[in-house]
Amino acid sequence: MAQGSGDQRAVGIADPEESSPNMIVYRKIEDIITKMQDDKTGGVPIRTVKSFLSKIPSVVTGTDIVQWLMKNLCIEDPVEAIHLGSLIAAQGYIFPISDHVLTMKDDGTFYRFQAPYFWPSNCWEPENTDYAIYLCKRTMQNKARLELADYEAENLARLQRAFARKWEFIFMQAEAQVKIDRKKDKTERKILDSQERAFWDVHRPVPGCVNTTEMDIRKCRRLKNPQKVKKSVYGVTEESQSQSPVHIPSQPIRKTTKEDIRKQITFLNAQIDRHCLKMSKVAESLIAYTEQYVEYDPLVTPAEPSNPWISDDITLWDIEMSKEPSQQRVKRWGFSFDEVLKDQVGRDQFRRFLESEFSSENLRFWLAVQDLKKQPLQDVAKRVEEIWQEFLAPGAPSAINLDSHSYEITSQNVKDGGRYTFEDAQEHIYKLMKSDSYARFLRSNAYQDLLLAKKKGSFLRTKMQPKLFCNQHRPKEAPLCQGSTSCVDIEAQGMWTEDVLEKARLPLALPHGLRTGQGWLPQSSWPLLPSDTGRHVASPGGPQKAHPEPGGLYP
Amino acid sequence: MATDGLHENQTLASLKSEAESLKGKLEEERAKLHDVELHQVAERVEALGQFVMKTRRTLKGHGNKVLCMDWCKDKRRVVSSSQDGKVIVWDSFTTNKEHAVTMPCTWVMACAYAPSGCAIACGGLDNKCSVYPLTFDKNENMAAKKKSVAMHTNYLSACSFTNSDMQILTASGDGTCALWDVESGQLLQSFHGHGADVLCLDLAPSETGNTFVSGGCDKKAMVWDMRSGQCVQAFETHESDINSVRYYPSGDAFASGSDDATCRLYDLRADREVAIYSKESIIFGASSVDFSLSGRLLFAGYNDYTINVWDVLKGSRVSILFGHENRVSTLRVSPDGTAFCSGSWDHTLRVWA
Repeated sequence: MAQGSGDQRAVGIADPEESSPNMIVYRKIEDIITKMQDDKTGGVPIRTVKSFLSKIPSVVTGTDIVQWLMKNLCIEDPVEAIHLGSLIAAQGYIFPISDHVLTMKDDGTFYRFQAPYFWPSNCWEPENTDYAIYLCKRTMQNKARLELADYEAENLARLQRAFARKWEFIFMQAEAQVKIDRKKDKTERKILDSQERAFWDVHRPVPGCVNTTEMDIRKCRRLKNPQKVKKSVYGVTEESQSQSPVHIPSQPIRKTTKEDIRKQITFLNAQIDRHCLKMSKVAESLIAYTEQYVEYDPLVTPAEPSNPWISDDITLWDIEMSKEPSQQRVKRWGFSFDEVLKDQVGRDQFRRFLESEFSSENLRFWLAVQDLKKQPLQDVAKRVEEIWQEFLAPGAPSAINLDSHSYEITSQNVKDGGRYTFEDAQEHIYKLMKSDSYARFLRSNAYQDLLLAKKKGSFLRTKMQPKLFCNQHRPKEAPLCQGSTSCVDIEAQGMWTEDVLEKARLPLALPHGLRTGQGWLPQSSWPLLPSDTGRHVASPGGPQKAHPEPGGLYP
Repeated sequence: MATDGLHENQTLASLKSEAESLKGKLEEERAKLHDVELHQVAERVEALGQFVMKTRRTLKGHGNKVLCMDWCKDKRRVVSSSQDGKVIVWDSFTTNKEHAVTMPCTWVMACAYAPSGCAIACGGLDNKCSVYPLTFDKNENMAAKKKSVAMHTNYLSACSFTNSDMQILTASGDGTCALWDVESGQLLQSFHGHGADVLCLDLAPSETGNTFVSGGCDKKAMVWDMRSGQCVQAFETHESDINSVRYYPSGDAFASGSDDATCRLYDLRADREVAIYSKESIIFGASSVDFSLSGRLLFAGYNDYTINVWDVLKGSRVSILFGHENRVSTLRVSPDGTAFCSGSWDHTLRVWA
C-alpha cells in the first residue's frame, strides 16, 4: 500500500473535481432535489398558487417538503427532516420565496427550487462586481417585492465606495441586464428573479446567517482546475483577480515507480501471511470488552455520586483523586494487567505486594523503561546506562531475571544506547509479571481486602449500595444513620427525597472543606452502612456482570 | 524473498499486475474469515435506553471557526484552536479562559494538551507544530517561551503528545506523519505511505504498544509501528477523505469518520472493516469521532451541524444532538468519559453529558 499517488488516475482522464468532498454532498442533494421534483415517482406537489390579484408560480409548501423527506429518506423525527430541509436551502437548492434567510419551516410557507444554472456544483465564486451589478439593477426596477433589504442597501453603499472609479461601467451593465430581463415573459421573470435573489442569498448571505460557501482550507487544493470556476453571473470578470485566493496550487502528483510497487507487493505478502481472527471471534471480543466496561462508562451508566457536568458537584473527581481507591476501581484492576499498570494507585498497590515478596525489581525495571521512552533525546544515553547498571549489569543491585537470548539482545542494544534498547527485555518482564506476579496479586489478601472494602469505616463503601444519589430513580434501601440526633429517621419516612438522602448521608458537624468538594469526611463520622447491620444490598467482590441495573436509567 | 532478483527485470506493468493479483488473493483470504456480522452477534446485547444528552457548558470567546480541541488529563481543562489564529486554554467546568495565545498564522488546525498539563502544542498553516509552556505568571508572555518543534512542507493537520511531554507525533498536508523530540526539535521518525494529505491520527491506548493510526485524503487508514516507521496494516473502504480516526478503548479496533458521510469500525485482528455507521438522511461528511469509555457509544460530529450518537455494537443510531449552528469540526470525549466536548465553525465549543 506504500504507493506514491494512491489510486488517482493519470492527470486529465478522470475529473478529480467530482470526488472533492463538497461535490459529493452537492450530488447527493441534487439527487434528492431531482427525485423531489419528479411527479411520476411521488414527488412534492409543485403548484401555481393564487394570491390577491396575482399568481405565485411554481411553489411548494414547507410541510410538503418535510413530509416528502420523512417518507423518502426514512426519517422518523420531523425535527430532523426540517433540519435537513434547512441545510438543503442553506446550500442553495431550495429557497423560501419571501425571505432572504435560507431556512425551512414545517408549515405553509412557500418554497421554490433553484435553477440548475445557479447550483453550487457549478463551482460558483461570483465576484463583487457582479454583486454590485445585481444590487444596482434591483434599484432600477420599480417593484415593491424587489426593494433592497437594509443589509443589501448597506452592501450597495459599500460597493459604490469600493468601485467608485468604475461605477459608470457597473451602472451600464445593470441597465443592460434590466433590458434583457424586460424581454422575458412575466411569469418566467418572477421565477428567475427569485432564483437570482436566492443565488445571492447563498453567496452574500444575510448578516448573521451561515455562509455555506465557506470552505475547509484543507480541501481547497482539490479544485485543480481554476478554469472550471464560474466567477460571473453577468458575463463580467474583474481584471485583478484571475484566480480565487482560496485555491492553493496543488502539488504535482508523483508517478508510481517500480520501487513503490515492490514495496506494495512486500506489504501485501506480509498481510497475506498475517494470522487473522474470524469475525465471530472478533465480535465476541468487542462485545465482551464493552460489557465489562459499561459500568465504568459514565455516559451509559450514570456515575456515582453524580456526573459533575450534570450536577455541578465535583465529588466524583475528589473521590478519584483520593489515595483510597473505590471498590469499583479496585475491581477494574482485575480485568487485565494493563489496568493495574495504568492506574497510579493500582501500580502502588502492586508494587507493595511485590515488595512483600521481595520481587519488586521486575516492576521497577518495567517502570524505568517506560520512563526512558519519555526522556528527551539528549538524556536517553545516560538513562540507558543507569538502567543497565541497576538491573542488568553483572552484580546489579536490582538484578532482573532474563533468559540468555533476551540478555544477549539487550547487551548488544546497550552499545547503541537508544530509546528502544530494552524493548525486548521489557516485553519479557511484562509477560513474566502478567503470568506470575499479577495472578498472585489478585489472590493476595491485600487485594482481596481492598476489593471487599474490609477496611473499617471506609468512606468509599458507598459503592456497594444501589444508586443512592442519582436523581433519576428511587433506591430501595437506605443507609441507617448513626449518631446525629437531628438526622431524619429514614425508616419512618418510607419514601425518599433528595434532601432526606442528603441528611442521611452527612453528619451535622461538617468540615468546611466538604461543601466545596475538598477533602472528605473523617472516618469516625461516617454513617453505618447496611452491610454492617446485615442488610445486604449487593454481592461483594468477584467479577460482576456489567449490565445496567434494572430500574436504572437505561432499562 | 527468494524471487527478489527476478523483480529487477520486470516491467512496471507486470509488477502492477502482480500486485493486483495479490490484492485479490488477500481479499479472498479475508473473506474466508467473514463468517458473521458484528451487528448480528450483537443482537443478544441489551439495547440501550433513551438517551438524554444535553449541552452542559458553552465556551464562547473564539472570534472565528473552532478547528480543534483537546482535553487535559485533569478532566476539565481543554485547549482549543481557531481559524483566527487564537489558541485558548479553558477551565471548561467554570467556562473561564485561563490562557490565550495568538499564533502568527490563521487556520490553527491542530492543538494538543501535554500529558503533564503544563504545556500545549499547536500548528496549522504555518506548517509547524509549536509547544507553549503554560505559565500562571501574569507578567510572562506565553508566546515568549514558544518552542518550534515540527517542520513540515505543508499544513499541520493533527498533533498529539505521545505518553510524555517530550515527544510529539504530527500529521501533515504534505502526506507524512512524523515523530519529534520536543526539547531538541529533532525528527525521530517519519512515516511515509499516504498518497495525499494526512488529516488525522490517534495513538494506540496501550501501555506497552508503539503504534498509531492515521487517516488521509487518499481514503486510507494506516496503522504504523512507531519504532520502525513502517506501515503494518492499511484499510481502504471509505469513498472519500478520512477526517478523523480514533481507537476503540481496548486498542483492538478503531473508528473513522469520512466525507462520504459514514463512520466505520475496523478491527485490527480481523484486518477488515467490521461495521459501518450510516443513514440515508445523513449526507454531510463526518468530521470527528470518539468513543465513550466502554466503547459502546460512538460520538460523531458532522458537517451538517449535528452530532450523531451510534451504538457501536448494533450499528444503529441512538441519538441525534442539535445545538451547533455551523459545522462540527472537532469532538473529544473527556479523559474519564463523563462528558464530551465539541468545537464548531459557529465559534463555540460545547460540553455535553
